[in-house]
Amino acid sequence: MTTSCDVLIVGGGGAGCSAALHMAQRGQRVILLERGLVGSQASGVNYGGVRQQGRNPAELPIARRSHALWMRMPELVGSDVEFSVTGHLKLARNDAEEAELIAYLDTAREHGLALRMVGRNSIHRDYPWLGPKVVAGSFAPEDGSANPRLLSSSLARVARLAGAEIREHTKVTGFAHDGRLFRLTAEDGTEFSAPVLLNMAGYWGGAVAAAFGEAVPIKPLSPNMAVTEPVPFFIEPNLGVVGGNVYLRQIPRGNIIIGGGHGESDVSGGRAWARPLPEVTLEMLGLAVALVPSLVGVQVIRSWTGIDGQMPDRIPVIGPSGTMPGLFHAFGFSGHGFQLGPGVGAIMTELVLDGHTDVPLAPFRIGRWRDAA
Amino acid sequence: MRIAVVGAGPAGVRAVQTLVAAGHRPAWLDEAPDGGGRIYQRPPAALNRDAKMLYGFEAKRATALHDTLDAMKPRTDWRPDTFVWHIRPGVKRLQTLHRGVQAVVDYDAVLLCTGAMDRVVPVPGWTLPGVTTMGAAQIALKTQGCGIGSRVAFLGSGPLLWLVAYQYARAGADVVAVLDTTSFATKARAAFGLLRGGATFAKGLYYIGWLRAHGIRIDEGVTPVAIEGAGSGVTGLDWRDARGRAQRVDCDAVGIGWGLRPEAQLADLAGIPFRFDAIQHNWVPERDLAGRTSVEGHYLAGDGAGIGGAEVAELAGARAALALLQDAGAAVDAAEAARLDRALTAAGRFRVALERASPYPAHLAAGLPDDTILCRCEGLRVGELRAAAAEEYPAGRAPEMNRAKAFTRTGMGRCQGRVCGAAAAEILAAALGVPVDAIGRLRGQPPVKPIPIVAPPAEAVP
Ligand SMILES: Cc1cc2nc3c(=O)[nH]c(=O)nc-3n(C[C@H](O)[C@H](O)[C@H](O)COP(=O)(O)OP(=O)(O)OC[C@H]3O[C@@H](n4cnc5c(N)ncnc54)[C@H](O)[C@@H]3O)c2cc1C
Ligand SMILES: Cc1cc2nc3c(=O)[nH]c(=O)nc-3n(C[C@H](O)[C@H](O)[C@H](O)COP(=O)(O)OP(=O)(O)OC[C@H]3O[C@@H](n4cnc5c(N)ncnc54)[C@H](O)[C@@H]3O)c2cc1C
Repeated sequence: MTTSCDVLIVGGGGAGCSAALHMAQRGQRVILLERGLVGSQASGVNYGGVRQQGRNPAELPIARRSHALWMRMPELVGSDVEFSVTGHLKLARNDAEEAELIAYLDTAREHGLALRMVGRNSIHRDYPWLGPKVVAGSFAPEDGSANPRLLSSSLARVARLAGAEIREHTKVTGFAHDGRLFRLTAEDGTEFSAPVLLNMAGYWGGAVAAAFGEAVPIKPLSPNMAVTEPVPFFIEPNLGVVGGNVYLRQIPRGNIIIGGGHGESDVSGGRAWARPLPEVTLEMLGLAVALVPSLVGVQVIRSWTGIDGQMPDRIPVIGPSGTMPGLFHAFGFSGHGFQLGPGVGAIMTELVLDGHTDVPLAPFRIGRWRDAA
Repeated sequence: MRIAVVGAGPAGVRAVQTLVAAGHRPAWLDEAPDGGGRIYQRPPAALNRDAKMLYGFEAKRATALHDTLDAMKPRTDWRPDTFVWHIRPGVKRLQTLHRGVQAVVDYDAVLLCTGAMDRVVPVPGWTLPGVTTMGAAQIALKTQGCGIGSRVAFLGSGPLLWLVAYQYARAGADVVAVLDTTSFATKARAAFGLLRGGATFAKGLYYIGWLRAHGIRIDEGVTPVAIEGAGSGVTGLDWRDARGRAQRVDCDAVGIGWGLRPEAQLADLAGIPFRFDAIQHNWVPERDLAGRTSVEGHYLAGDGAGIGGAEVAELAGARAALALLQDAGAAVDAAEAARLDRALTAAGRFRVALERASPYPAHLAAGLPDDTILCRCEGLRVGELRAAAAEEYPAGRAPEMNRAKAFTRTGMGRCQGRVCGAAAAEILAAALGVPVDAIGRLRGQPPVKPIPIVAPPAEAVP
């Protein structure tokens, strides 16, 4: 038996769940198919950075759009998913890095992103716990962090209430189009059909695109993460560095979450296995100590990673298919799509239902590698 | 061939002995300052006392094991005080920490003999100062020569309950009550099977008889109500007896424990599949009788591979070492392997009876009041986990353990669920109305226990 609807979504990460909610709110009969539980891949295990600062300028309009949704989160899903506007402080450890921070100020201004330099004189006065290696910083007051474990499932819950069908433990293995409708087959044989298909399958979005004849150069990306035991709260902003080889934040509970470098993964044969690498963990802890020397002696209680899809130019694929009318892609967020997820769901809904969106999507078109070739 | 053995308890010692006898020089790691494992843990040199006094009936076995341990140290790459915090089965590498220094040990085959830890059920008041696990109470006595209090009550079930109570009473503590949550009827039903255990069973009866003869208050089939305390510690223990009557003793310390659970985090990180053992009521790594697993080059022995006790651990260590040698193409003594297999099979049958005589009191965990502290690392209460089983939960209903952890932080603290995990699973399963093995188990990640952040070496800082 085939279940038919208006819109099928493959992938229940932050982006897919947001799309299900926005589609349902506009009266669409929407079914989201998720292989595991919603938010069980990148969207549920990431660092939790909700950051606009430092993004590729092409992404900033989406990030701005998403920021507005993050600010309305309690209204949208009934809880704040621990989103907190702590500010994001990006640090420079030498002159060259400082110059890079200064250069980004113009980009930020163009896109209406608030950003303020914290110079050599004030950085250690304002943040006395920073180590001597730090020479300057730039502070984004609107940025912050949230709890990734809550976002997708909270969106999914309200999407259900709005009428969306969220099917977990449903892995799509068959992708076809009969000339009129998309026909998807799940591993257990269940079939689904709809005139519109949204590919929001994260790293595996590459396989979905390939099934419709538009393979893209996507690779798995596994940022290496660790968390410490709780210690008295002292690090208010979400911290990053130029170059991104280490980042850390402290939650009010006291735990410090530290990221940097990459772990390993195995995505062969449909697997979704990923592990942090111990030498990378140790290296990033050393870099973290250089930023915040008082971390020495604090216990690390867990390390982990996940799998995101990385594109060669480190920005996602978003927009209509180049081969198949009715197919729309949004995947390959290249390690920074948690902040974008809510906005992407809204944008995709406009793109499909209104035929256009205010956010410029040209940089993200799926044909960009073919154009180049 | 590079062989590594993790753990120098009964299983690890006998494994190493077997490997050394076959001409190998394994890397041998234990996080403790010396070998011996849990039951035969040695006191620091300055506190050493007579073996008979430390280990009682087990003194001969303890001495024998320690002798072998000491004899093996120079014949192996012996690394005490070395914590193995991660294992990478793909590249066959152990990640170790020794006095703040990180190192790796590469292997072709590894034998994990990581032992067990106490299994608890939260009781209202269990986080008060003065409440410890039964095993910790014993270790305090054994290695530090001190008790957990002067008026001590013990609450739990299983062989350690009677043994530790006996050891405390012998050491001069005022043991004010020994409370068994298992009913007399349950134990009586298992008695026939227990007879197979011969000496082990007889020792258990001896402890109980001794405690009774010394007029120590014993109550069976109890339901714990609360450990009471005032600011600075424990003041009493309340329970209901088998007939439902309220009972109480004054005490200043309580030892609690309901059997053991495997310390199987390295086996988990090694990618060895786990199964729920309904009789032990534990998730255990899958292995065959000889300790082979489905992950090539990875072997398991002792309590870390499923609770079997110290004697079984010795047999299993030797057997797993033979399996490892066999798989490496060495000629091994087939008769010895067969003898060990027979002994392990027989011991396995006794174990089933022992577990039946002191089953994990799942109903006590599932029935805990909402306001009892469940996850002590995170200070979370039972009701906070229970709430995640409801449709109306803000992040949606948590249908399994990892999701419930993700939503509520249960098991997300320093111990990563090693302490509260078993009870948390019962609470969630009961709230969802499904069997406990249907909600999975907490996923493991490195480090298997916390590791400190250290300052990077000066020259490494650019
Ligand atoms: C460790 C880590 C740290 C990160 N830190 C940050 C950060 O701090 N800030 C930030 O902005 N971003 C961060 N990111 C990136 C961010 O998490 C991702 O870009 C984002 O979550 C991607 O969302 P998604 O919905 O595209 O993919 P996912 O969350 O991966 O969702 C895709 C879903 O599709 C499902 N699926 C795939 N194939 C199928 C199929 N055939 N059938 C059914 N379902 C299928 C998957 O199971 C998955 O649940 C991090 C990523 C990782 C891994
Ligand atoms: C607290 C406690 C008290 C007990 N008391 C008794 C008793 O009185 N009588 C009785 O019959 N049984 C007792 N038992 C059970 C008994 O200890 C076990 O049955 C027996 O010790 C099992 O032997 P083993 O070699 O498997 O493990 P263990 O003796 O536990 O040895 C495991 C060894 O591995 C080491 N280890 C574990 N993980 C790592 C790691 N990641 N890195 C490095 N080293 C590691 C440990 O330090 C330990 O030395 C007790 C158990 C516990 C937990």
